[in-house]
Amino acid sequence: MIKINGELKNLDSISLMEYLNNYGYNVKVVAVELNGKIVKKSDFENTCLHDGDSVEIVSFVGGG
Amino acid sequence: MQIILNGKPIEINDCSKACDLGDYDIFVRNGYGIDSKSQLCDGDSIVAVKKGQMPNEDNLKQMLFARNGQVFLEKLDKACVCICGLGGLGSNIAAMLARAGVGKLILVDFDIVDPTNLNRQNYFVQDIGLKKTFATQRLLKQINPFINTVTYDMYLNSENCVEIVNNADIVVEAFDNPICKAELVNTILESTDKIVVAASGMAGIGSGNTIKTSKVLNRLYLCGDSETETKEGVSLVSPRVNICAGHQANTVIRILLGETEC
Repeated sequence: MIKINGELKNLDSISLMEYLNNYGYNVKVVAVELNGKIVKKSDFENTCLHDGDSVEIVSFVGGG
Repeated sequence: MQIILNGKPIEINDCSKACDLGDYDIFVRNGYGIDSKSQLCDGDSIVAVKKGQMPNEDNLKQMLFARNGQVFLEKLDKACVCICGLGGLGSNIAAMLARAGVGKLILVDFDIVDPTNLNRQNYFVQDIGLKKTFATQRLLKQINPFINTVTYDMYLNSENCVEIVNNADIVVEAFDNPICKAELVNTILESTDKIVVAASGMAGIGSGNTIKTSKVLNRLYLCGDSETETKEGVSLVSPRVNICAGHQANTVIRILLGETEC
């Protein structure tokens, strides 16, 4: 089980980039923390999500 | 007994009331306006104001921040906040932080004031054509002449932002473009240990109650409704943008005063 934004999800082995793409996130407007640590955008591709991981994804919309 | 009157210790008789201090109209004790008949206590710190009279510079600072309270003044005066973007959010946040008594603001924006800004941004017709950094700095000095400001008239990006925010205690993300928002937030969180107060979702005229502040990552606070983006047909209107700016400014002040929960 992987916790994503506080919700437990049953996911097969998946990279962070795949998760974001599969679940409709625009990679250009997100900030992601994995187990409390910010993940660099250049590491999205090679960061694998594992059982027990906790992921927080923040997505920005325009306006200000 | 001894009290502090407008920053200076004075001896007064026991049982003195506020009105015994002299020909003043307004009395403030501990951030609260008290009645002229209020009994004074030993050790009180009172700011007293004569309406219609321009105070000298020493007294002006005491008076400007009298309603904020003394704790505010001491803690916020030492603080430095970097405001990235001086549009609808940043121009209003800057004014609020200046009123609250934040000692130093770093102001960053590449743009100049144009007429379409005035529906929500803290500028005036006389500012049209001026750099936003200049117009904001000028306004802040009128609100609070004691504030220390540094301006950068530049386009902030992942290459240059770390150096610009270096001296700040807190970074405020106040951009418009979502890609720029994410780029700034990511770079600051990756490359510094600073706290970021960002905004997302304040367009339209939906309920103001949907705008809230959340601590979304370890060092990232996010204000807004998280979803209402500006697009054709969904405009940016003053009240909701200001509510969001208020959330951001309030969050900055709370963090500076040691309140880290939302």
